[in-house]
Order: sequence, then structure tokens, then C-alpha cells
Amino acid sequence: MTRATLQRWLDDKGWPAFLIGLPYLWLVVFFLLPFLVVVVMSVATKTTTAPPFSLGGEHPWISLDTYARILTDGLYLRAFLTSLVNAAIATFFCLLIGYPVALGLTRVSHSWRNILLMLVILPFWTSFLLRVYAWMGLMGKTSWFNVMLTDAWNFLVPIDWAVRSIPMMHSNFAVILVMVYTYLPFMILPLYASLERLDPTLDEAAMDLGSRPARVFLDVTLPQSIPGIIAGGMLVFIPAAGELVIPTLVGDAGSPMIGRLISDEFSQAKDWPMAAAIAVALLVLMVGPTMIYSRYQAKAEGST
Amino acid sequence: MKRRPTFLISVMIFGFAFFYIPILSMIVYSFNASRLATVWGGFSTKWYVALFTNDKVIDALILSLKIALVSATISTILGTMSGIVLARYTKFRGRTLFSGLVTAPLIMPEVITGISLLIFFILLGNWIGWPASRGFTTITLAHITFSAVFVTTIVHARMLQADRAIEEAAMDLGSRPWQVMFDITLPVISPAILSGWLLAFTISLDDVVITAFTTGPGSTTLPLLIWSKVKLGVTPDINALATLMVVTVGLGVVAAGIIMNRAEKRRQAEERLAFQRND
Amino acid sequence: MAEGAAQDAFLRIEGVSKSFGSFQAVRDVSLTVGKGEIFSLLGGSGCGKTTLLRMLAGFEEPSAGRIFLDGRDMAGVPPWERPVHMMFQSYAIFPHMTVEENVGYGLKHDKGMSKADRANRVAEMLELVQLTPFAQRKPHQISGGQRQRVALARALARQPKLLLLDEPLAALDKKLREQTQFELMSIQARTGVTFIVVTHDQEEAMTLSDRIAVMDKGEVRQVGSPTEVYEFPNSRFVAGFIGSINTFEATVIARESPHLRLSVPALGTEVLARDVAAVAVGQAVTLAIRPEKLRISRERPEAANALAGTVRDLAYFGKDSLYRLDLAGGGMVQAHAVNARRGDEGARVADWDDAVFVGFDPASALVLVT
Repeated sequence: MTRATLQRWLDDKGWPAFLIGLPYLWLVVFFLLPFLVVVVMSVATKTTTAPPFSLGGEHPWISLDTYARILTDGLYLRAFLTSLVNAAIATFFCLLIGYPVALGLTRVSHSWRNILLMLVILPFWTSFLLRVYAWMGLMGKTSWFNVMLTDAWNFLVPIDWAVRSIPMMHSNFAVILVMVYTYLPFMILPLYASLERLDPTLDEAAMDLGSRPARVFLDVTLPQSIPGIIAGGMLVFIPAAGELVIPTLVGDAGSPMIGRLISDEFSQAKDWPMAAAIAVALLVLMVGPTMIYSRYQAKAEGST
Repeated sequence: MKRRPTFLISVMIFGFAFFYIPILSMIVYSFNASRLATVWGGFSTKWYVALFTNDKVIDALILSLKIALVSATISTILGTMSGIVLARYTKFRGRTLFSGLVTAPLIMPEVITGISLLIFFILLGNWIGWPASRGFTTITLAHITFSAVFVTTIVHARMLQADRAIEEAAMDLGSRPWQVMFDITLPVISPAILSGWLLAFTISLDDVVITAFTTGPGSTTLPLLIWSKVKLGVTPDINALATLMVVTVGLGVVAAGIIMNRAEKRRQAEERLAFQRND
Repeated sequence: MAEGAAQDAFLRIEGVSKSFGSFQAVRDVSLTVGKGEIFSLLGGSGCGKTTLLRMLAGFEEPSAGRIFLDGRDMAGVPPWERPVHMMFQSYAIFPHMTVEENVGYGLKHDKGMSKADRANRVAEMLELVQLTPFAQRKPHQISGGQRQRVALARALARQPKLLLLDEPLAALDKKLREQTQFELMSIQARTGVTFIVVTHDQEEAMTLSDRIAVMDKGEVRQVGSPTEVYEFPNSRFVAGFIGSINTFEATVIARESPHLRLSVPALGTEVLARDVAAVAVGQAVTLAIRPEKLRISRERPEAANALAGTVRDLAYFGKDSLYRLDLAGGGMVQAHAVNARRGDEGARVADWDDAVFVGFDPASALVLVT
């Protein structure tokens, strides 16, 4: 092979092959392969060997025991339900707070807008763990926040209902509250992006044709921001459903969420196939929302 | 017809209070003299002193920074490559799988990524003897994998905005594909690459779940150290550590914001000036 | 027409000003518009015409002055309560609604209107703008010209007292623009709605309007029919803004009724012009002549004013040609000549470097003071 043909090969095939091949190979080895291992693991049998599983030998090659347990054991079904309900409620409240904030961001002056946007993004850059931790401080029985809420409660209700403190920690309430707190930026940013792109003259046109501001919002702004609502909603819902840190720190150990269950099955029960099966089941549940998300994200980013 | 949107403003005030009251409360209580983390016992900086004299914390911080530095750099290279591939090579065999692979880690719950990597590393260790033990290397490999896809997203978005014609102009003027990339593409998208690196660095520095699964004995990163302490409850020294981290990151982000804002303003002013000269 | 309209003041703008911070967008504008008129606000960008339009629509409140529509003071009336509808420059078609829903949008607010009446009205409007076959389309499925007609039908559906059109033709290409101009005029004639048109395009203003207000830096410089503002501009600004014009520094040396005798150094000769009452002998003025009022000839013409020159440059446009002539006095003029005869190069009045004469009537020579 002459130098020239080698050079041509490099330009035509070699360079793209390198650009595509290196990241491709990396992701196949460190993402796809481990994931396939998990899928295979989910149909293996638990043993007391190290590693604690077996495929073949005296055990069946494919055992669907794990999946059968997920569908029949109330513990797993409850965990799935708890996760989905908690994630849905958190998504709803993120939307409830996030929408007006995002809309407000598009209405303030430009200099204010940059400052406020930075304030929205800032917590996102600070440690996730510490944001959860900050609420642990507030929700504790002796914290100023709990004391303040307790006093307010005792002031408002009949004396028989008075409490010494409000039991916030280790409950689904705490999980949802902290999820709303940590995921709110994920709701605000896509919403802001889709609202900011709306043409303000459309609002004026609706007003000009006789709509009051509230009506303008319902007829013009809201319908056009649906892609943003769905993108933001999925961006909160998907990670919230698989959340591990928040339920571990502030959740109720009696009604665990899926993420915590996977981790417990794996590390404490040493039941790798079971952990793998729950993981696969969670992913299957997430396929729908993910597809909705990618469709609407493309819509929210593209033109109309 | 400019009316004050009172409702929006009140929700915004509530929203920002919701964002910042927990953080501010944490900062205030980091100066609490009391050992009981949530009961005020006077002003003190002793927890900061304790922090700086705690070797465990210092070691964990150094390990975290090392991992973040290495993984951010490698993941930026990989992520930039795949971002360019996604934007420029629209037809090659396996592209559908490729684009699936660069988005899946974004939405994969961290527990699952963590467990799959752990099982993978254990089995690999059993079969081929590598990795013999888990620690710096396995954590870094895991971090590279999931931060690379964030870099990919940023670079891809920037590439879609970039003008294809300038690359074609360079080719037309005799540059080979790899020269075009180094002479034209990379300089044009360099701000995106930089923000990709910063994001990868922060993600790595912040990660707890995947790190918890891929770490081994003796390799405790700062988030893991915090995680193990926080699981036991609220302690004043974590308040102090949290305050330092929040303030550092906050100052960094604000400084970056101001610098970028200035650069943008200068660019606009220059454009205006050039425009006026043309008139 | 112009006088009649002014008497029956349907829209009255009284001393309206608008400031944004320290910037004064509109300064003390007073105008009256008659019912059924097409009235244009003409000016360059930043002249305040759009701000004035937005004050009529109710999006901005005047900083000073008042606006009366059909006898009603509009101060404090929000946009959604004004019987004034607007056709936006971008058309502002709601992208998530069909053509039909867009046109019917405003009618939803008329509580007294039955569903059937509403549907009839929408159908009637679609018919008016010839969009009936497109009723179910979404805005991104129709062309720019069709979008423009959707915007028009939507604004007309509620039978506004006043229709505001913000650069109605700017987004269309040249061919479509000419056709749409006539459509707009015929729709206006059929509906009888008063149109206020904002435009920067003087040709558009001339064809469409009954009357034009020429604006500059927030002020109205001249109001009049297209003929008035073109033939009798009241200032150098208006003369230069509408059409092209040759201007020269001049001094009045004598009043020779019905003419003025001017000395014009750049022309190297004295010139007779239309008398203007406001000037005095000895005053420094500007002489202005439109290029098409100049006649080029090889021989010295019989006209009262004749200048000698050479052809410096000429541009052939097909139906006419533009000549640039160097004059004996050192000045330069532009002259338009219609290419009435078809023919070869020889058919031209003159060629490069030819010595020629230009002649013009005193009646077409304008004397401008400001």
C-alpha cells in the first residue's frame, strides 16, 4: 500500500472510524455489557457461593422465579406503587410551583431574568446530597422550622389536637417534599425554555381580540407550553421513581421505594438475581415515560 | 398596558424562599456552638476548625478531586467525539444503537447503573483477574461513562447550531477531515466543550450512588464520607462542610456567570460598533 | 375626500406623547381620521409610528394627550375592551389552532352570539379572504400570503370600528405585495371599516391610502392625500422621504407673480419657481425638483427654465431610464425619461458624455423653507 492510498484511507474511513469507534466501544463495554449482565442475572438462581448466583449446572438455565415473586409478593408490588405515586405527586407539585416561576421568569426585565435564572441553577450545581441533608436539618423534631410549624399548628387547632412536634422525617411526605425541592430546577428550566420561545405578540393578538389576561393564559400560553410541561414532568418523574438517596435518608423504612429495595436486595439479602429482576422491571416501567419524554423534548426544542 | 403580575411575583418569591431557606439555615447552623445540630447554642467556628484538622475529610476531598479531574477530562474527550459524531455522521451502521447508548445513561436510574457496573466489575475480576480490587480505577471508569453522555448532549446541541459551511470552506481550502476538526470544529465549539467539562467535573464530584457501588475498601470519596455520616443523622461538622462546598460552588458559578455576561456584553458592543462603522 | 374626512372625526388623537424613560417615542401628535378612511402612518424605523399604533390598540397608554374613538375617550380602556383590532406585522397567528379557530377566536367573547351565528360569521370571513378550502389547516400548512389573509379575517371578524394594520405587506414578496394591496382596498371598501396602516414603504402608503401622515422622530411632519404629500411636500424631509428629488440651495431674488425668481449657484443660472406666500425676497430657501419633471433634450427647450449639462451616467430600467447630468454650474441633477418607443440604442434621448439640455416648468419647481 502506498503512502497516498494509506492517506486516502485515513481521510475517508480511518478518521470517522476512530471518531465513531472509540466512544462506541467505550459505551458498549462499560454501559451495554454491564446492562446485559443485569438482564441475564435476573433469570439466574440465587446460591450461597461467591459470587452468589448460578446459571446452569444443577439449576435451570433460565429461572423466572424472580419475576414471579415480583408479581405475587405484596412487598414488591407495594414498593412499585409507592415509588410511582411518590414520583407522580412530586412531579405534580414541581409543576404547580415551577410553572408560575418559569412564567414569571419570562415576564421580568432582562437583567433580573439573568440573576433569577442563575439562582434557579445555583442549587443544581451544589451537592445533591447536601440539598437533601439541608432538609433533614429543617425537618428534625427540634429544628426551628419544625418548632415554628408546631407552634402554628397548636395555635390554630383545638387543644386536644396539640402536638409536641410534627413528625415529618421518615415519611412519604418527607420523601415527596425533598424530591420536589431537589428536582424543581429540572422542571423550571425546560418550562422556561419553552415559555421563553413563545411569541409575545400572540398574547397581544389574543388581548386585542377581546381576551382578558387570564383567558390569554388559558387560550394561548398554556396550550403552547404543553411540550415543555411534559418534558419537565418526565425529567422529574423518571429519576424520582428510581430515587435511592432521598428515601434512604428521609423515607419511611416500612414502605421502601424501588431504588432502596434494589439496593437492599443486592447488598443486604445478597440476592443478586432478585435485585437484577427488580431493576429490569423498573426499566420496563420507565420505557413508556421515556418515549413520551423524547418525543416531546424534540418538540419542545424544535419550532412548533 | 404593563401591569404588575402580582400572582406570579408572589409564587416566585415563595419558590426562591423554598430554594434557599434550607441552604441558609444550614449555613447559619454551621456556626452553632452546640453539639446538638438543630438547637442553637451560640456562635462558634469550632466545626470549621475540626473539619480542617480531620485527615479523613482532607483525604476524601483529595481523592474526589483526583477522580473528578481524570474522569472529567476523559469523559470530555469521549463525549465531544460522540457529540460530533451524532451531529455530523448521520448514516453509519449501528447509528440507532449508538444514539440509544448516549441517551440511555441519562435516564437510567443511578441504582441500576451502579449495580450493573458492580456486578460487571466483580465478574470481570473473577474471569480475567482485572480489576483485582475496586477503588480509584473502577470509580473513575464509572464516572467517565455517565458523565460522557452529559458532555455528548451539550456538544451535540452546540454542533447543531454551528454553521456547517465553515467546515466545508476549510475542506474546500484543502484541509483533511482531521485537520478541519482541530482547526475549525473544536475551536468553534470550545465554549460547549468547556461547559461540558465543568458539568462532568461537578457530576463526578457530587456522585454518591454509583460511587457507592463501584468503590472498594479504603477508597472513600467526599460524598461517600458525607453519605455514611448523614445516614446517622444531622451533625454540625457536616453543616460546616456543606457550607464550605455551597459557598465555593456558589462563588464559582457567580464568577463564571459574571465573566460570561461581560464577554457577551463586550461582543454585543463590538458588533454595534462595527455596524455603525459600516453605516 | 380629505377635507370631508377631517370634519367627521371618527378617530381623534389630541396632543398625544409617549416616553419610554428618557426616550420620547411620540411627541405631541394630533390627528383626525374619518369614518371609512384608509389612513397611513408613514415613516422610517424609530419614527414613532408603531408606538402610536400600539397606543390606539391599547397596548401602551399615552404619557400625555388623549385619544377619542367615535366620541369615546379611550384612556384606561384595556386592549380587550377596545372595538379596535390589529393585524400584526408577524401576523401573530395562533400556531396551535386551525385557520377556522383563529378566525373565530375573537367571536368567542361575544356572549350573546349563538354557535350557529358564530360559525356563519367565520364562514363569511373565510369567504371574504378566499380561504374557505383551508379552514381546517394549521398555520404551518399554509403560505405566507394565506397567513396574512387569516390575520386580516381574524381581525375583521368582530366588526371592529378601527382596524390597525402594522406593516401589512412587509412580509410578502414583491409580486404578491402588489396583488394584496388591491385586495386590501377592495375588502376595506366592502366592509367599510376604518383602516390605520403603519408602513415604512412610501409606495405602499401612496397606493393604499386616502390620506398619509408622514412621521419623523416622533412627530407628524405632514398630513395629506398622496398627491398632496408628493406634489406639495411642506419640507425637505417630506420631499426627500417620499420619492426621490433633486435639491439645491437657492436665494429668492424677486417675486414675479405667480412665480419667484431664484438664484441657484449650483445650476449656474436663475430659475423661475412656483410662488410660496411664506417666503420673502432675499430669503435663503431650497429648490426641489422631482426627476420625472425634468425633460431632457438635445436642443435648448422652449421651457421657462432650461439648463445645459452633459450625461455623466445613465441607468436603464426598462420602462424608463435614469440620467445623471453634470450641470454647467457645477451641480448635478437626476432626471427620469420614459422609454416610450421600443428600439435599439439609438432610440435613447441621449448617451454617455452627450451634451444635453434639461427643461422644467416653474409649476414643478418647489420652494421649500424648512
